[in-house]
Amino acid sequence: MTGNLEVVTTRHNAAIDPVLSAWGWEIPVYLFLGGLVAGLLILGALYELLHPDRPRSRALRAMPFAALGLLSLGMLALFLDLAHKLHVYRFYLAFRWTSPMSWGSWILLLVYPVGFLHGLGSLDPAQRETLLARRALAPFLRPLLRWADGARRAVLKASVVAGVGLGLYTGLLLGTLAARPQWNTAVLGPLFLASGLSTGAAFLLFFRLDEREHGFVVRWDVGAIVLELLLLGAMLLGFAAGDRSAQHALYHLLGGPWTSAFWSLVVFAGLLVPLAMELLGRRRRLPLAALAPALILAGGFALRWILLAAGQASSFREFP
Amino acid sequence: MTVDTRLCVACKACVLACKAENAVPDGFCRDWLVEETRGEFPDLHAQNRSERCNHCSEPPCVDACPTGASHVAGGGAVLVTHDKCTGCKACIAACPYDARYVHPQGWVDKCTFCLHRARRGEKPACVSVCPTFCLEFGDLADPDSDVSRRLRERRYKVLHPETGCGPNVYFLE
Repeated sequence: MTGNLEVVTTRHNAAIDPVLSAWGWEIPVYLFLGGLVAGLLILGALYELLHPDRPRSRALRAMPFAALGLLSLGMLALFLDLAHKLHVYRFYLAFRWTSPMSWGSWILLLVYPVGFLHGLGSLDPAQRETLLARRALAPFLRPLLRWADGARRAVLKASVVAGVGLGLYTGLLLGTLAARPQWNTAVLGPLFLASGLSTGAAFLLFFRLDEREHGFVVRWDVGAIVLELLLLGAMLLGFAAGDRSAQHALYHLLGGPWTSAFWSLVVFAGLLVPLAMELLGRRRRLPLAALAPALILAGGFALRWILLAAGQASSFREFP
Repeated sequence: MTVDTRLCVACKACVLACKAENAVPDGFCRDWLVEETRGEFPDLHAQNRSERCNHCSEPPCVDACPTGASHVAGGGAVLVTHDKCTGCKACIAACPYDARYVHPQGWVDKCTFCLHRARRGEKPACVSVCPTFCLEFGDLADPDSDVSRRLRERRYKVLHPETGCGPNVYFLE
């Protein structure tokens, strides 16, 4: 039977009907901060691994601690999203290998000690003296500092691995939910990792880095933005080549309700404009140095906000 | 479970019975009615369906659950252990049938196939009150059960087989 279709349902569950809205602002905030922290850890560790002899600015040295602070904010957002908050400890009484959220819970637990050791080993002698002057902290910090220094390269490599895991998982968390055609693409993991690298780099650019650090961060940012554009293209092509549910996901971003937000906030203002500014700025030293990173951060947040909302609105119920 | 769409008159007795039996909170339902009309007038085809969780053979909600709260119980019913549920809603996003919701007390709720009744040898509340006997519940592994017999004798469909979840609520046509 072809022709028109009319569906009447008695179901009216809150946050499920007429459009799924189970996840609110907390999740894109967490996904954004998780990606940003992944970018900070990866870039901070890579700079030292690739250029161990270069001096590092105070900003770069302190960045792992800022990353852990931002991650804690993200985890607070996650906690606020839980409908049964007192059961939060249940995440750590199980490991479910089929559940990206379970992987994520344990990855988050790994990021804290790795990031802390990364940060401790980054401190300059003056910063160390200040910390060790506190009598209550010194007995704990002294052996930790010794250990963080002794295994410095291993700690930095672990920081890269933890950052990649964190960045990938924020995308895979959505990407493995096949019930939402908008998210049902393997591109989301690497896309969110690339976006995390770019937003991490943008965050670093707000601080006083030395000349060589600045060049390193901008180079990585340009690479991450180009990769992100390619991955977004691959995502759209994947939808275009997919079945009718994938076509509907494509429609959401090409003609449908999220089209203008996606192309203006994410692609144009969040990627293309800052990419052009960073490429031109290297030669011409454009003013408004903070504009490009601000646009990247806003674009990275918009990407997650839009994909979360569009994903919740994409469902098999569109095709009864 | 089988739903005979030729007998269902969308009276909603199944919905009310479920709400009463399982103390489903106001504003929510574990089962619901869908009235679907296809075609161009006068060549129309209507179908009434009593829908609920499909208790899938490959349940994506169970895979997505980070704590093991969502699980497959003996007999194949997909259940939620309230004490283990954090209300993270991953299972809700993972369900292609949107059959779950957050109970006001914080845990995620859904159809249980009234396993508490099945253990007493009774049929689920929705099945027991259906005035047209369009609903049937039983063991699909038993070739002599009423559901197995109905599936042998009738043409049927499941909802969204393309998801690959292996839904176990069958709609007889």
